[in-house]
Amino acid sequence: MKLITAVVKPHRLDEIKEALQAFGVHGLTVTEASGYGRQRGHTEVYRGAEYTVDLVPKIRIEVLVEDEDAEQLIDVVVKAARTGKIGDGKVWSVPVETAVRVRTGERGPDAL
Amino acid sequence: MAPAITTLAADAPELSAANTGFMLICSALVMLMTPALAFFYGGMVRVKSTLNMLMMSFISLGIVTILWVLFGFSLAFGTDIGSIIGWSSDYVGLSGIGVTELWDGYTIPVYVFAAFQLMFAILTPALISGALADRVKFTAWALFITLWVTVVYFPVAHWVWGAGGWLFEMGVIDFAGGTAVHINAGAAALGVILVIGKRVGFKKDPMRPHSLPLVMLGAGLLWFGWFGFNAGSWLGNDDGVGAVMFVNTQVATAAAMLAWLAYEKIRHGAFTTLGAASGAVAGLVAITPSGGAVSPLGAIAIGVIAGLLCAMAVGLKYKFGYDDSLDVIGVHLVGGVLGSLLVGLFATGGVQSDVKGLFYGGGLEQLGKQAIGVFAVLAYSLIASAILALVIDKTMGMRVSEDDEVSGIDQVEHAETAYDFSGAGGGASSRSTAAPAPAVTENKKVDA
Repeated sequence: MKLITAVVKPHRLDEIKEALQAFGVHGLTVTEASGYGRQRGHTEVYRGAEYTVDLVPKIRIEVLVEDEDAEQLIDVVVKAARTGKIGDGKVWSVPVETAVRVRTGERGPDAL
Repeated sequence: MAPAITTLAADAPELSAANTGFMLICSALVMLMTPALAFFYGGMVRVKSTLNMLMMSFISLGIVTILWVLFGFSLAFGTDIGSIIGWSSDYVGLSGIGVTELWDGYTIPVYVFAAFQLMFAILTPALISGALADRVKFTAWALFITLWVTVVYFPVAHWVWGAGGWLFEMGVIDFAGGTAVHINAGAAALGVILVIGKRVGFKKDPMRPHSLPLVMLGAGLLWFGWFGFNAGSWLGNDDGVGAVMFVNTQVATAAAMLAWLAYEKIRHGAFTTLGAASGAVAGLVAITPSGGAVSPLGAIAIGVIAGLLCAMAVGLKYKFGYDDSLDVIGVHLVGGVLGSLLVGLFATGGVQSDVKGLFYGGGLEQLGKQAIGVFAVLAYSLIASAILALVIDKTMGMRVSEDDEVSGIDQVEHAETAYDFSGAGGGASSRSTAAPAPAVTENKKVDA
């Protein structure tokens, strides 16, 4: 199994969700995140005091998949997340040792 | 504050139900300004000290009300003693006042006047709190309010508005509190922060307002309540002066908001909500002493001047290194000084009195009087407030520890958190007797 993690622009969430559903993914986890990469932050001004805000809001999507689906799923996510502008984010995968469905106790790929 | 209605001088005034009803509503409007201020300030601090900021204003509603009944009204509006303080034993506990007894020279009961003025006494110390954000022990603040209204506010209110008060008798025009409220609070803020110092991380850490919608809500409610504050300060509607004040309040506030926004757009490239809210408050402050003496065009001029100069003044703290956290000095002291002085330029002589300002052919006389009023209140409040803060700081300590300040004053002083954003309740679990024992849920729906 592999854990696919995508840190992407928040407004791409719906497209990514739809693409993953079409691909056959049954579940995913989304968290709000903030961070920065090459995309610069922005400047805010409060009563003349200027603040540079480095951290940009992102969402972090996590999906568990079987090994053979991983590369294809990464492509699906990347395609749905891409706007072509700086700050589109990153997608990566890591191997996962085991996974358990809490309700039934199923283990491994059966738990997906 | 209005001089007695002279047209009725021959006859003793009678109780006016219309004026009494109007003034009760105005009193309630001014009461609302203190919670409004709490929101205005509360939105401007960081999440971790939101509740403390709200409470610093809110506690004033409790403390000052009781002091006012016990002796405050008597000190401010009792029979004059030496032009600097009042005292009437009838006013102690508000117990010797007849139900239908009228405030001298007016058509409203003494009780109504006492209630209206009480709301001013509550608001003024609350204004100071904005400069002290994030770092003052709550007990020290409660003690400071108690001492400050007793030693500073009640006497200054007497100077400015009490019959026999020295600034009142000299002819200083302060319709609704440019000196007694705004300069007084702003100078006190400066006095206290010179003693207690800066917030941890001032000029280094980002200190962004945590909720600008809360700031806008507070500013909007302040604007609304201010109609009671200003138009009500004539204590009746027999001659239309209160209506002029009402209009000028709206006009100056609008002008100041636009001026602040224009300055910001040119200087910093954006129209900010904080700028709109701050500009509005600057305009309200500046028209407070002056709105009963000027024309609507004069009100526009006062609003524009106040909006621009206050927008510039809020930057001074970074230059000089004093931590006026939420710009009480930049907005209330500067705005109050401007409004009080500009009366000397823009008074038309055709509204609240026949006193003319410089631009209407009145020469420099009124401007001079205004300057004396400004300087007297500023100097007294600054020095007395610094001394009070110093005494409290040397005895019980004014500030929370650095650790507590950094981790957040809300949890230390109030044992609460302003916002619970976590679905899991932030890990909170109940261990108090107040919480009911977990109920045994029967017929629980089983989720497949």
